[in-house]
Amino acid sequence: MTAVRGALRASMLLRSVALVVVVGVVLLLVTESLSSYRNLQLADGAYYFCVLAGLTVLAGSSGQISLGHGAFMAVGAYTVAKLGNAGWALLPELVAAVVVTLVVGIPVGMAASRLRGPYLAGATLAFAVGLPALADKFPSFLGGENGLSINPPVPPSSLGASFPLERWEAWIACAGALVTLFVFYNVIHSSIGRSFRAVRDDEIAASLVGLRVGRRQTLAFALSAAAAGLGGGLLAVVTQLAQPGAFPLQLSLTLLAGVVIGGLGSLWGAVWGAALLVLLPNWTNDIANSFSLSTSVSHNLPIAVYGLVLIGAMLLWPSGIQGGVRAAVAAVRPRVAGRAGRGRPAAVSEAGAGESPVPVSSDQAASDEAAKAPSER
Amino acid sequence: MTKFIDLTLSGISDGAIYAAVALALVLIWRSTRIVNFAQGAMLMITTFIASAVINSGGSYVLGFAVALASGFVFGAVVERVVVRPIEHAPPLNAVILTLGLYTLLVAVAGMIWGNTPRSFPAAFSLRGYKVGGTTLLFTPNDTFIVLVVIAVAVALALLFRATSVGLRMRAAAFAPEVARLLGVRVGRMLTLGWALAAMTGALAGVLVAPSVFLGPNSFDPILIIGFVAAVLGGLDSPPGAVVGGLVLGLALSYVSGYEGSALVPLAALAILVIVLMIRPTGLFSATKERRV
Repeated sequence: MTAVRGALRASMLLRSVALVVVVGVVLLLVTESLSSYRNLQLADGAYYFCVLAGLTVLAGSSGQISLGHGAFMAVGAYTVAKLGNAGWALLPELVAAVVVTLVVGIPVGMAASRLRGPYLAGATLAFAVGLPALADKFPSFLGGENGLSINPPVPPSSLGASFPLERWEAWIACAGALVTLFVFYNVIHSSIGRSFRAVRDDEIAASLVGLRVGRRQTLAFALSAAAAGLGGGLLAVVTQLAQPGAFPLQLSLTLLAGVVIGGLGSLWGAVWGAALLVLLPNWTNDIANSFSLSTSVSHNLPIAVYGLVLIGAMLLWPSGIQGGVRAAVAAVRPRVAGRAGRGRPAAVSEAGAGESPVPVSSDQAASDEAAKAPSER
Repeated sequence: MTKFIDLTLSGISDGAIYAAVALALVLIWRSTRIVNFAQGAMLMITTFIASAVINSGGSYVLGFAVALASGFVFGAVVERVVVRPIEHAPPLNAVILTLGLYTLLVAVAGMIWGNTPRSFPAAFSLRGYKVGGTTLLFTPNDTFIVLVVIAVAVALALLFRATSVGLRMRAAAFAPEVARLLGVRVGRMLTLGWALAAMTGALAGVLVAPSVFLGPNSFDPILIIGFVAAVLGGLDSPPGAVVGGLVLGLALSYVSGYEGSALVPLAALAILVIVLMIRPTGLFSATKERRV
């Protein structure tokens, strides 16, 4: 037992493999007992997790914000739809979705790495609105307004003839989420993740120690775009459809709400966010039904909640659910939190994100304050 | 050739509207260093209010006035209630907050008025002028749009340059501490800045609604194009915003006419990226250097 513990402590790779195996087994057992509707919801949550994990690594590690990830999901979804209709198998299809989105994400990331704050937000916003409109420009290739439909995935015959489709879809989406978890767990806890955080906290200091700031930010952006592409590809597999209406500006803002709710910078936060994105429309529907509200109210209720959450989080609770959980844990078990903080300095700077949605170290916050005094810089 | 003239003319009237939105964004940026991503949703709400007034029997002029007045009040309330607490927070907080406001307003509009776009009356005829047998793509209503936007731009310029309130507003934006020491109520000036900006936005909403129809998401492209226009003009300079709006109106009108309207948002994005890469201070910025 101690040997296992020692090995886990020594090797990050082993730790991440152990994490993925444990989560995977739990998910496998869970899907057995869920109804087909709940399995579909799990699949929805799994592809949302892929996108949110990418966004949270981008925002929390490299300090950038993207409102264009809905468009990257569209890239992934259309790749899967085109290749699926050309007869590709599921796995190469999804790999291609990741690769294509990565290729699209690199130039966008290069542009993004030179932009800050509202400029970056505005540019990625324009990207989110502009890209899905391409489907109208090339109606014969991308299917116009109606989009492309694809055949549902077929569960392998070895699982038995009566294996439900929804459970198979949940397995596919969860497998994608596990791959995302594995990759980002390793990214966050490796030298790459540390270099992202160094760039986030102080660009000048990071470039003084030899990090190429622009390249690091481009890499973070491309990685998170690729995750969004995987999420979009999984969305196409689960919904069997890729159409521009599935990727409106609203989707990108919903994703933003998801990462802000979860708390930027933590993979657990992405889990919270994904769960909420899936469950909230359900809850608001139930509420609307029990108060017999009209459909226009019930359709818009979840969106209103996302808006309120974004506003409320900025005014009251900028570190999100995961930040709240972390604070609660720290309050209940100060000794444990203190030990974790000593072991991993990065965790301290993450927990110190009281003011900013993106964790900012204390000297950065101080220099921001100093920069505000002359008001123009 | 006729097509080129038509596209130029419609580009001018589109550009006037983009200029109004860009002005709204610039006014807020100048006073609080925040890009108001909720602007598109705020002008959507005021246009819905104008539509309600007109549909319940009010005249167009009454609806127009109500839109501007409600925009003024709305801007002041938004600044006072949700923006004030985060004015000194990191810039990302303001971005997320205004996007949250956008999301909330779109949802609320959908709840009240439904998601199906509806028509909105134009002030003047939508039939193009006839010049020597050919009908131009420029209508009396377009003339109205251009004249109103010019009037508002001139009025704002006069307000800032020639009145004591304008001087105090500029002082509050430029050097809040000093202005406060000299007795300027900085908070009130910021509120007034937001109110004026929202009023300008409300104007753009009423002017553009006849051509895009009125729905919760109708004005999203206009907000983005207005943002690009504001950045093109330097984000800091009201004259820059007007010129940026007109340039962008023309450019996007050609793109839409020759390549199809689906490419308009992407073309706006391309222009934005090119401007930020080559001349991040915009075409008209007073500040020498800017972090983008």
